[in-house]
Parts: sequence; structure tokens; C-alpha cells
Amino acid sequence: MALSKKIAYIDLTNRRVRTAPIPLEMRNLYLGGRGLDMYLLYNHVKPGADPLGPDNVALVSAGLLTGTLASASARVHVAGKSPLTGFVGSANMGGFFGPEMRMAGFDHLVITGKADGPVYLWLHDGEIEIRDASHLWGHDAQQTQVMVRKELGDDDIQVMTIGVAGENLVRFACVMTSLKNAAGRTGMGALWGSKNLKAIAARGRMDIKIAFPEEALEYNKEIITQVTSAKVSKTMQKLGTLFIWGTTNSTGLVRTRNFQSNQIPYADDIEPESIEEEMIGTAGCFGCQVHCRGRYFIKKGPYTGAYVEGPEYTSLGAFGAEVGCTTKQTVLVGNHLVNMYGLDTLETGSMISWAMELFEKGIITTKDTDGLELRFGNDEAVIEAVHQIAQRRGIGDILAEGPLKAAEKIGGDAIKYLIHVKGMSNLHSDERPTPALALNIATASRGADHLRSRPAIDLYHLPEKVLRKIFGNPVPYDGPLTSDYRDYEGKPWEVIWQEMCYGTVDCLGICKYHTVFLGPNMPNFTEWPKLIYLNTGLEFTSRDLWDIADRAYTLERLFNLREGLTREMDWLPDRYFDEKTDRGLPVVRGKSIDREKFKKMIEEYYKLHEWDEKGRPTKKKLKALGLENEPSHKL
Amino acid sequence: MSKILVIDPEKCTGCRLCEQVCSVKHERVVNPYRARIKVVKWEMEGKILPVVCQQCEDAPCAAACPVHAIARNPETGALEVNYDLCIGCRTCVNVCPFGAMGFDWVTERVIKCDLCGGDPQCARFCETGAILYVDKSELSSIKQRKGADSLMELMTKVSAAVAGTG
Repeated sequence: MALSKKIAYIDLTNRRVRTAPIPLEMRNLYLGGRGLDMYLLYNHVKPGADPLGPDNVALVSAGLLTGTLASASARVHVAGKSPLTGFVGSANMGGFFGPEMRMAGFDHLVITGKADGPVYLWLHDGEIEIRDASHLWGHDAQQTQVMVRKELGDDDIQVMTIGVAGENLVRFACVMTSLKNAAGRTGMGALWGSKNLKAIAARGRMDIKIAFPEEALEYNKEIITQVTSAKVSKTMQKLGTLFIWGTTNSTGLVRTRNFQSNQIPYADDIEPESIEEEMIGTAGCFGCQVHCRGRYFIKKGPYTGAYVEGPEYTSLGAFGAEVGCTTKQTVLVGNHLVNMYGLDTLETGSMISWAMELFEKGIITTKDTDGLELRFGNDEAVIEAVHQIAQRRGIGDILAEGPLKAAEKIGGDAIKYLIHVKGMSNLHSDERPTPALALNIATASRGADHLRSRPAIDLYHLPEKVLRKIFGNPVPYDGPLTSDYRDYEGKPWEVIWQEMCYGTVDCLGICKYHTVFLGPNMPNFTEWPKLIYLNTGLEFTSRDLWDIADRAYTLERLFNLREGLTREMDWLPDRYFDEKTDRGLPVVRGKSIDREKFKKMIEEYYKLHEWDEKGRPTKKKLKALGLENEPSHKL
Repeated sequence: MSKILVIDPEKCTGCRLCEQVCSVKHERVVNPYRARIKVVKWEMEGKILPVVCQQCEDAPCAAACPVHAIARNPETGALEVNYDLCIGCRTCVNVCPFGAMGFDWVTERVIKCDLCGGDPQCARFCETGAILYVDKSELSSIKQRKGADSLMELMTKVSAAVAGTG
């Protein structure tokens, strides 16, 4: 079965590898992917461990359905204690590594200790070798993959790697595979760098068995049709995730010049249709018909001729709106650089835009930046800042520490201008007009994060009847739900529903664009039990899946609480309450978040989660999820 | 009338769904290395080319087979291996100029595209149109239209440039 793949414990200090089967009991409790990773995180990382020390654990996992006939099941999950936040570190990515790792015989890797010099892992046909990576150290993410394939003599090898940013312990360095797939957030690249782990290569010729091949094939076709017939998918097939910009910027939901406005005017050059002119086509992850990754060649400047994939919506913010730039060349080059260096594009853009506001306010000057004019709209300065962060030069060395540590180093009022939650920066989205989305970033387990629980369809003004159909399954909900995205009522439940929805796909290894994220008609709890059954033979109800996602999310909460999370951290930066939006459509103009109403939202959110007033899961809740004896050390 | 697979590499997004569904259809497992089609990539250069049997009119695999185990299925037009005759010598694998004849190390058989008996799953699942299953009589028209499209695009650009300078 797909279930025959193993878990491997890799001790880098002593260079030992041990493998074990994954008990069915653990599948039933956590499925795989993010779910099982959160169990391993809670069980294997000692409380208070230094995220960049040998006691932290680097986890890599395939979802339960990764590589199977579940459309877009390409995801591989990467986890550990976050060097950025000190809380849950967790990120996943598409591409081809996840399926290849399974075909090499492995579903989960638990990497501990620290190697005495650079190493990479070579996974093939049930075996794992720890190999010297001295010659790979210092090479960018793309070149490293080329070198590994050449060295091992096989172009079919898939490689996950860190770039120079991870080696330099930039706290928001990511792990990359192929040209642009990034396990982007929470600094997993820095964690790998701290272990001297440069890359993991995989090539497998082992079958992924399918429980009911004929039926799974037909059901896959049905799901693909359901997904690709949606307008949102058709648009993404053409423009990738950039398409989102067309709506968000014209509405006024984009944070600009750090957080000084909510719309960037006169930005025709970075409109999706303008960037599309550069595209030579799109690329898909393993088995996916949405193929949302753009492909282009850089045509001007020092990187002329480079073949690049992307940019994503996020990079439009990072190298556009946030830093006040409006030329696509900056977006395209910025995207290329973060891919090469292995930097989280979102955090990179956010750190630069924050530094720019500090520069504007005079909190830092050219004395602090070695002459670099960090003015909004200075395209060259933005690109130079990316280099400095990855190479830890000049002001980049401070920015590489991430929001809170950088603010501490700069001192004074610097911290006031950070747009972060729990030490992780927010997307280039402005949630002041949208309380549901604000609650999402305030409470997400990774910090300010749109991929843990964003109820994006809240923006669609869907009729209440439709909302009830979506948000009322599989757990009945008869509380308020409203179509108006400016409302505070009923939104906490939407956030919780999305937590469980995204949690389930993260455990299964399916892309979020194949569930209710941007399209209300996408597969969700209704389709997943059949999908799991046909591919693996395992039987779950929709409610079982909800509980599994809840179990994983609750473990994330427990982990964060253990590492010092308090209820005050489930909150927004003051500017969300104190400054009003100044642009956009009349419905979003003049908006800020109401403190009292937001406090009530948080209380309601805790209550619905069965957490106490301090945000701690109640004993009753832990018992219901079977978590009262964690850590239980079963794996 | 018989149908053939027509590949348009420019439309291929490299997702390898064709490999996946092919291996499930033929071997009942996901294993792209046991599929009859392969999406060959030069990943870092952005080049992609799906490779599959062309069902050649004068097929080297059939001509080279010492025991005449490869013959055309009159209904589908596919060249198929008769495993009752096949001796597993892999000569066909060696002579195929496209690398489209494979060898499955699990079943220890040579493997090739059999057009799934007339409903090739690769073409059925590929929504981009990179793999089409069309009647042979349509091939010329499809290629003519594609060639004309790119020529027309070029001519339009030239006209615009000329108009711009005038």
C-alpha cells in the first residue's frame, strides 16, 4: 500500500540511520504530512531547545496521499522548531520531491543532531546515505540541484536544498526544490543550515500501491474536472496566483509602503496581465492540471538569460506594493534572487519594507545602511538589500534576524512599525477592512500567516445559504454567518473551519488550491473520505478528518504554549486599530479594526475551540482528542 | 481509420500526470518509471519533451524482433507485444530511436504504449492539449494550423513594426 513506506531517524552527530514502519494507529490519529510531523515535533524537541542548536529536529514528510491518484498530491512538508519565531516551524511545498521520496521508500524523516561538516542525504530504493556536501556549500539552490544530479549520475533525481541564506542562518531562509518550490515560511532553511544539512536527494523505483486502481483513476478524473472547471482555476492556469492582485489592489486590500496605505496606484507595469507578457508558459507540480507556476526568462540587466519560475502573488507584494516599487523587472529579478538564495520571499519583502519605513522616519539613516538609500520605490536598493540579507552584509545582517530580533537590535521606536504576529511578518495584505482575515493572522499557529486559516471566500459576498452549506459540514454550526466581509460576527467559526480544512490537506499532501481556499466549489470534507479510501483502503468519515486536523492544530497550540506563547500574542499590531485605511473602494476606505469587537472575536474563537480564557486547550478538549498524555513517544 | 497520439511539447507543463495514470492503468500502481510515457525535462533550462511510442509505420522494434512478437493491432493501430512469443531479449528496446520501448524490471517484460486499447489515459487526462489522440487524417491539418499560427503571429508583429515606423 501507499502505507508501506517507512520513517527514518537520521542522527547527523553520530552519522547513524535507523528505519521503522509507521504503525497504522498513528495514521489513524494523524494521517501523515503536517499531522504526523506535529506529533514528532511535540515528542522529539525538548522544551526550550535552541532552534539553531543540535537539539532541534528537522522533519520532512510526505502526506498520506502524496504521489497517489489524488489530484495535486505533490506536497512535501518540512518542520521543526522555528528559528524565526521560536514557535511551530512548518512549511510545505509542491514540485516532485514528495512523490519521489515515497518511491524511494520513505514517508517521514526525523533528522537530529548536527553534522561535523556539510552533508547531504541520498535516499534511494529504501536506503539512506549521509554524503559529504563540502563541495556544494556556498552554491545557490539551482546550482546545487544540478551538481547533485551530475554527481549521482541521474537526471531523474529530485533534490531539496538550502541556498546561501540557509547556510548563513538567515532566520527566514527556506528549503527549495526545482526552480521555485519553497517550503517558505518559519525559517526551515536556517534550521537545516544549523545542522550542516545542505540537501536531500531522492530517487525511487518503488511502487506507490493504489488500493482500488480503476476506481481511483475514475475518481481522480472527476476531482480534476471539479477543480479545473472552476473559474478560479482557469484564471490561475493562465496567470498563476498573480491573478489575485487584480482584485485585491483595485479593492484596496494591499498593504503598501510597509503599512502606510492599502493600495498602490499607477502600478500598471506590475499588473498580472503585464507580467503575463513575459511568460513563455506555465508549469505544473506532480499530477496537477492547474499548473499555476509561471515560466519566464529574464530579458534585461545582470541576470539576462536566466530561466525562472514564478513569481507568485506574494512576490508582487515583496518586490512591489510593500516596498513601493512598480516595475515588473524588480519583481522578476527579486523573485529570481530569493529562489537562488533560498529566502522566504514574503519575509524578505516585509523586512525590507519595514527598514524603508524606519529610513523614512529617520530611525535608521545612511550611517546604519553603509550609504544604501533605503527609500520606498528605490528599485536598486531593494535588490541590493536582498543580496545583503542573504549574505548577511551591512544592514542585511540585522534584517536577517527576522522582525523581533532586528527591532531589538535597532532599538527605539523600530518595533512599532513591524507588521508581524508572533515574530513572523504578514503577507502584503491589509486586513483592516476584513475582521475575519484579521482574526486569521492574529491566531494562526505560525504567526501572521494566510495559509493556516484564511477564510478567503469570506471576501466573495456569498449568500448565507451557501456559507452554511460550506461551513456547516462536517461539524454542524448554527451560530451567525454573514456575507459581509466587514462584519465581526460569525467569523471565528469560519477561521476554525479553514484551520481544519487546510489542516486536512496538509496531512494528506494535497495543494490548497484543490480545496476551499480561493474557490467555494472546490473539494473538501465531502470528497476526501472517498479519495482516501480508493487510494489507500483506509476508512475515515468527514468528521474523523476534522478531528485529525483538530488534533494536529491542538498539538501546535500545545507546542507554542510550551515555548512561551501567551494570549496577548494572539493579537494584531497596534496600527491595525489606530490607523485607518486611506484608499480603495468606498466600502474599505476609512477602516480600522475595533479593539473591543476584536477582543470579543478572540474570546469567541477560544470558546469554539474549547480553549480557556488564556487560550489553553481545556482538559476536556485534550481528552476528547486523546492528547491528555502527550508527549507519548510512540514514534 | 485509426488514431494516433500527437505530442505538442510547447503545451506541456511538465506535471507528469500522464506518467502517473499510465502506470496505474497498466501496472495498477503509481510508478512513473514503469509507465509507457515519459516526460523528459531539462529542468533548469525550461525545456520539456514527452516521449512516447510513435506507432511507426515501418517500426524498428517490430522489424528487429527475432521472433516476430511485435505486431499491429488492426483495431487500434497500436503495435503490441505478444508475450506468448516474446523471449525478453530487449532488442526492441535497443533499436527504438525514440527510447519509447521500455523494460519493466518488476515483470521482466519489455513494455510499450498500446494506446490503452483505444482510450489512451495520457491523452484523456492531459487538459493542456499537449497529448492529443486524433485520427491520422487530422494530423496534417493540426500541424498546418499550428505552423500558420506562429507564422501569422510573426507577420502581425512585422506589420505592426512597419506601421509604427511609418
